[in-house]
Amino acid sequence: MLRLPRFALRQPTTLAEALALLAEAGPQARVLAGGTDLLPNMKHELFTPGVLVSLAGVTELRGVTVTEDGGLSLGAMTPLSELSQHPEVLARAPALAQAAGLVAGPQLRERGTLGGNVLLDTRCQYYNQTHFWRQALGFCLKKDGALCHVVEGGQRCVAAASADTQPALMSLGATVTLVGPGGARSLPVEGLLSTDGAKPHKIAPGEVLTRVHVPPTPTGHRGAYGKLRERGAIDFPLLGVAVRLDLDGAGLVAHGDVVVTALAARPKRVTGAGELLRGRALEGSGFAAGSAFATAVARVAELAARQCKALANVPGDHAWRSEMVPVMVRRTLLAAAEGRGPVHPG
Amino acid sequence: MSLGRFCATIRGVLLHVNGDDHEVSAPDHWTLLEVLRYRLGLTGSKQGCDKGDCGACTVLLDGRPVISCLVLALEAVGHQVTTIEGLLPAHLAQGGSGADPLQVAFDRCGALQCGFCQSGMILSARALLKRNARPSETEVREALAGNLCRCTGYTQIVQAVALAVAEATGGALPPRAWEQPPEGA
Repeated sequence: MLRLPRFALRQPTTLAEALALLAEAGPQARVLAGGTDLLPNMKHELFTPGVLVSLAGVTELRGVTVTEDGGLSLGAMTPLSELSQHPEVLARAPALAQAAGLVAGPQLRERGTLGGNVLLDTRCQYYNQTHFWRQALGFCLKKDGALCHVVEGGQRCVAAASADTQPALMSLGATVTLVGPGGARSLPVEGLLSTDGAKPHKIAPGEVLTRVHVPPTPTGHRGAYGKLRERGAIDFPLLGVAVRLDLDGAGLVAHGDVVVTALAARPKRVTGAGELLRGRALEGSGFAAGSAFATAVARVAELAARQCKALANVPGDHAWRSEMVPVMVRRTLLAAAEGRGPVHPG
Repeated sequence: MSLGRFCATIRGVLLHVNGDDHEVSAPDHWTLLEVLRYRLGLTGSKQGCDKGDCGACTVLLDGRPVISCLVLALEAVGHQVTTIEGLLPAHLAQGGSGADPLQVAFDRCGALQCGFCQSGMILSARALLKRNARPSETEVREALAGNLCRCTGYTQIVQAVALAVAEATGGALPPRAWEQPPEGA
């Protein structure tokens, strides 16, 4: 039995009220969204806030709207289940809908929110454990200790970004709106995430992530998300791959992007992938081995394998996870090209 | 304001569970599952992993399946909570006789061994059948993907849902693996 540590719950109904409660409670407060990540972490005593400010009653933070420019404005408190089935999200940002639909299991997607997933704590097999377990090992860099058990002698926490929506949002060039006591600011998703696993988000105390904005995608936009995990549901990703292919009127790739997650604290964009994919023809040439597109995909997969090395930070054999990087990149690129997805073995 | 971890704030919580209003006192940090089990005595919802991995504590919140060990009791205020104990009375109230058809189907198919996962399984299946009266086997498996069973291997569970669907819609029941004639017969 895992009990929650004691705290006082605040249930504001407006954003202004939530911000005031957060400011009043100061550093002992945390924001509660769906609770599917925060509450288990609190049960493991990874966080022991004195005050939780629940955003469940703040209705202005819910819902999906299409903006005037054809982009998407996604409320941070929109449940992942709603996001994964929303026709506008499926049409305009398929990789995001697929990623949201593969988070955890059905019940957790009912409660889990987009904002909560974007601000998901990084995960590590030496961190996501009970206090008793962590104490027996002398704690770790990320919480209460000075040792890293993943990288011997490591001075920087390498806990893994495990949110499925992060790489999808990065491939879509999405930005987030943070509202705090000093007003609102907007920054790209990759700007929100840091490379330090111990402090993975650059969100200031007292700030609330209110909306995620996805810029308009062109008519020829295709996207897919690939998730590697041991079971068909519930598990966090052992690898996550988000892919974007924007086709021009002639069926040539105008813009391509590949982002891989569950490696270290921040999802990794495969550098050079866009250049390899640009100008390749999808229509007509087919996806048969030897076609120009298939060759480009194979080279992107090689590039990803060189750039992405898995660490022993999340469960599963990290050598196998490294081997699976090119496999997942190739499968997800082909799925996106064919307008399929998600790629989800098992 | 809060006195932190050392002194719990206890308040009256008005919960709407299985069609009845219950006023209970509980501290802010109690989960919906803890209130259901330890205040209301509704022990049909099981406490398994207590961290969202197993689905044994699944209940319906406004008809949608949620993990009650990760929902604070105070956050369920103003919503309709349905536990396994509420299915039979709800079925009777709708003019049915006896237990919910899903409960009957689980019984007939032997879709349990130890029974620990069963209430969560049935509630996940109930939520599925509410929004989709004729789910495919894949849809059934996807809807039950958040509920772990360590005994049955899931075969009879999926068949129980198929039986309930067949009886509700008048459709044909897919043959069970052991009922199919051996190859070449």
